[in-house]
Amino acid sequence: MHPALSVIVFTTATGAGYGLLAWLGAFAAGGVLPSNRWFALAALGLALALITGGLLSSTLHLGRPARAWRAFSQWRSSWLSREGVASVVTYVPAGLFAASWILLDRTDGIIAVTGLATAACAIITVVTTGMIYASLKPVAQWHTPYTMPGYVIYALMSGAVLLNAMLYVSRDESRAMSWIAFGLIALGWFWKNLTWQSNETLGGSTTLSTATGLAGGAVRSIEWPHSEENYLLKEMGYRIARKHAAKLRMFVHVLAFGVPLAATEVAILSDGWLAAFAAVLAALAMIPGLLVERWLFFAEAKHTVTLYYGRQAA
Amino acid sequence: MTCVPASTEKKLGLVIDLDTCVGCQACVTSCKEWNTGGSMAPLTDLDPYGGSADGVWFNRVHTYEHTNEESSRTVHFPRSCLHCDQPACVTVCPTGASYKRASDGIVLVNEDLCIGCKLCSWACPYGAREFDVAVGVMKKCTLCIDRIYNENLVPEDRVPACVAACPTGARHFGDLGDPASPVSRLVAERGGVDLMPEMDYRPTNKYLPPRARSVSDGRGNAPALEPVAEGGFLGWVDRMLTR
Repeated sequence: MHPALSVIVFTTATGAGYGLLAWLGAFAAGGVLPSNRWFALAALGLALALITGGLLSSTLHLGRPARAWRAFSQWRSSWLSREGVASVVTYVPAGLFAASWILLDRTDGIIAVTGLATAACAIITVVTTGMIYASLKPVAQWHTPYTMPGYVIYALMSGAVLLNAMLYVSRDESRAMSWIAFGLIALGWFWKNLTWQSNETLGGSTTLSTATGLAGGAVRSIEWPHSEENYLLKEMGYRIARKHAAKLRMFVHVLAFGVPLAATEVAILSDGWLAAFAAVLAALAMIPGLLVERWLFFAEAKHTVTLYYGRQAA
Repeated sequence: MTCVPASTEKKLGLVIDLDTCVGCQACVTSCKEWNTGGSMAPLTDLDPYGGSADGVWFNRVHTYEHTNEESSRTVHFPRSCLHCDQPACVTVCPTGASYKRASDGIVLVNEDLCIGCKLCSWACPYGAREFDVAVGVMKKCTLCIDRIYNENLVPEDRVPACVAACPTGARHFGDLGDPASPVSRLVAERGGVDLMPEMDYRPTNKYLPPRARSVSDGRGNAPALEPVAEGGFLGWVDRMLTR
């Protein structure tokens, strides 16, 4: 599948934003939010900026962005529409949560309720994003039980790493948050390995034989319908060389998981400026790491239509 | 609404005979010609006379080599929208632009509602939908709704343009929901198949596999040519000319 920059930015930015929002909401519900207006403004500001920026980026992918509002109508059948609805609905508890935390400067009662609602809405939105891809049968690498949980895990992971870094910078650091970030990076790394392993052995039952109805024997493409590229090949026929995929996977191993995991551990074990530096480093490394992870998510996914053009396995 | 109707009154679709298709591309060009002036018009062509021509087509003919124990043969394979019973291209649509008609089962795009998110083209395993970059919306085969119900055309022309154009009669149009219709009987007789049945999109269009190749016993063959004369005048001419 063609890795469109607008969609890569959309999924990673909103993922991190909703993850951050979910953790802030959960901490509000647990009554452990720092009573610090500037921190509240910065953390909620970053979360909402990532979410809003990501959602705006997704409209760049549209052929007719001015009609984007129509996408809220088909939530009964379409995961994309559900995602649109969930993303807008989330602004309501998030707005109340932000108002009660920043304006009222309270960390109990109303903020616990709005925080919990915000966290729930944020996670539901990420689930709908994951389901857009997980529900597509023609893309074997996406139509697996790994896709949707992956989106949730990477969202909570990047949100936790961002929150951990911000807590250190504002000197409100929390050991518990650092351990949560550490645990989620480990879980995310494990999940990514599991997903890649499963994709290696993906035995799709769709072949050129079933695609053409020519049963038995071997079917080989000898002539394409057109001599130049077309929409199908540009959009669905994106191919990435295996050697580049291996290098990029290594990049993901190191920047999305390895460095953040080690840096978070350093932050836990040290104090003062070193700990703050390590926590910020974890967040800075994860940004390009997750962007490349998402790029590979698209670039390595193979659509059944490419079988018609002579690609071998689904 | 992008929910799929539980059932449709008719299941209009095509039956494509892979035995008789000769890959002449007549269905491809007549589809383009009709539809670039029809309800989904225009079917944009970018750089049509340059080196990187790229345009929207609803029907494309691939060519394959099918080899098994008995034989190896060339099969021409027209690929277009199959107007599925379970079209995920419709259910994934966030705007309601994609829909399946309850009356005849035809899957269509309302260009005025389409936001061009391209998700429907990702959801189609057959590559039936093509995005029109010039207009910013998705386009697809309409089964020529502007021909099949068009009372300004003589009745024999009220078939999809691809069917009307096929010089070998490899394309058949009709109601596949009616078991007594000529197309349904043809599918039953010839063992018509669904493409990618494992995807469970339940396509309406059916493909008739190539017939088993008949093996000649030599009785119908033309007699072998007479050997060239060895002697006499003709033999002398032969020797002179071969020199």
